[in-house]
Amino acid sequence: MKVERKCRIVSSNRLGDAVYMVLEVGDMVRTSFKAPGQFVHIKCGDGLLLRRPISVCSCKENAPDDLLAIAFEVRGEGTAWLAQRPVGHTLDVLGLLGNGFQMNPEHRYLLVGGGIGVPPMRGCAQYTNGKSTAILGFRTKEKAILLDRFQNECAKTLIATDDGSLGYHGFVDALVRQELAEDQNYKAVLACGPKPMLRNVAKAAAEFGVPCQVSMEERMGCGIGACLVCACAMNDGSRKHVCKDGPVFYAEEVDWNA
Amino acid sequence: MPELDMTVTLAGVTLKNPVVVASGTFGFGREYGQFYDLSELGGICAKGLTLHRREGNPTPRIAETPMGILNSVGLQNPGVDAFIKEELPFLRQFDTKIIANISGNTPEEYGIMCEKLADAGVDLIEVNISCPNVKAGGMAYGTRPDLAAEVTAEAKRHAGRTPVMVKLSPNVTDITVIARAAADAGADALSLINTIRGMRIDVNSHRPVLKMNTGGLSGPAVLPVAVRMVWEVCQAVDLPVLGMGGVAKGEDAAQLMLAGASAVAVGTAMFADPYAPLHVRDGLADLARRQGLDAVAQLTGGVKPW
Repeated sequence: MKVERKCRIVSSNRLGDAVYMVLEVGDMVRTSFKAPGQFVHIKCGDGLLLRRPISVCSCKENAPDDLLAIAFEVRGEGTAWLAQRPVGHTLDVLGLLGNGFQMNPEHRYLLVGGGIGVPPMRGCAQYTNGKSTAILGFRTKEKAILLDRFQNECAKTLIATDDGSLGYHGFVDALVRQELAEDQNYKAVLACGPKPMLRNVAKAAAEFGVPCQVSMEERMGCGIGACLVCACAMNDGSRKHVCKDGPVFYAEEVDWNA
Repeated sequence: MPELDMTVTLAGVTLKNPVVVASGTFGFGREYGQFYDLSELGGICAKGLTLHRREGNPTPRIAETPMGILNSVGLQNPGVDAFIKEELPFLRQFDTKIIANISGNTPEEYGIMCEKLADAGVDLIEVNISCPNVKAGGMAYGTRPDLAAEVTAEAKRHAGRTPVMVKLSPNVTDITVIARAAADAGADALSLINTIRGMRIDVNSHRPVLKMNTGGLSGPAVLPVAVRMVWEVCQAVDLPVLGMGGVAKGEDAAQLMLAGASAVAVGTAMFADPYAPLHVRDGLADLARRQGLDAVAQLTGGVKPW
């Protein structure tokens, strides 16, 4: 069941270069939650014809007013409009859309996030009640977000920065290799971030024979699978759709050379 | 107040209301069917079909523009046989008219698809000779009157009693030339407009936003073009017209009907508002009531040009 709803902004705070926003979404979580890694599709002003897909960072069933948190970067006109909405205003939200990560709350996972791909991994951390390990990558120390949340909600949190200003100097796939070399008892590696990062993480997971799921990004239209705009090239030559078939795919399904 | 009659007819097919959903924006109905009962719609133009499955164009396939969007999906679809087997039975559960939309690489392909779809019992076949996003066939058939006539005639020969509606491209100097060619070749109705070719460039990367460089423009930006072309076509030929292009509210639909359209299609507006077709229908009904009409069909062709 899909829901379109006017949702009140409960809070909106700067979080480094991102905005962390909490919305009151009524029964949206209760009626359409499938798994961590889903997204909401938000209308951003009247002049823009396309909604903006934003991953769910955290959501809780908290009747009667389910709360849902998103974290996004200002990338253009739509997200700039969204960032400026004051607390108390309402947004037109479609959700929860897409399929999340295939996971079981009883298992532990290696969660890997890069940049603005970090927030959606937080839902996975919460879902596994502190059992999982997080590996988070940022360009530089100033860009690091949600560290305290992951440290609270994961058994272990490792940080990498491209410039070495915080944590490991380098990319997250090196930390994935390091972690899997020590501990291969993860049910799966789950990752969200830029495509080159996802490809490298998928490669690292494959080297250790650990299954890997990746959350893909693509420019979207309808957000529900009707317009077929957000295609993702698959290994078998087909093109699936990020909004309806994804955004999470098994890494071995994806054509990384497309 | 007497009940307003919302029914209209298009090529002999009675629609319960004049609002249908445009091909390519609605898939095969399953997705928007999660928001409302598809029986509320006057008709459903299903996603464009080809004889064989197509995976479509590389991404990005969409770009936002001032009051519009550009797309270059490239006719991704499961093929006509899969539609008949897997999608049509789903659509048939609803009390609405099903319009299949087809694109061929050759006139023969249009014929084969018409035969299959007529046998399968769709209500109407929309012959797409205007897709701007594929190299073979597609728009070429819609920009040359001789080819438009050839495709129309071939479709008619194989469609049996199922009416054939030819979808025209706006990417021509004079759309009435193509409209007449299709009419003379036996088309039962015309639909217009398909998208207008456009382009958007990212000024930072100097790259076109769409991977195919150009795409088709839709959305409110194209409404005046659609109204003008429907008006021109309705003066040039005596065929019912399904008008589309940028319809987002009842008043937009009324403009197309006043220009001569018998029914209208809603497309891009659904991306912002999944309920747009129902809002357009209700807005159109309100407008007709305010103007004291008994039947919404009375709007068709009612423009009073200066």
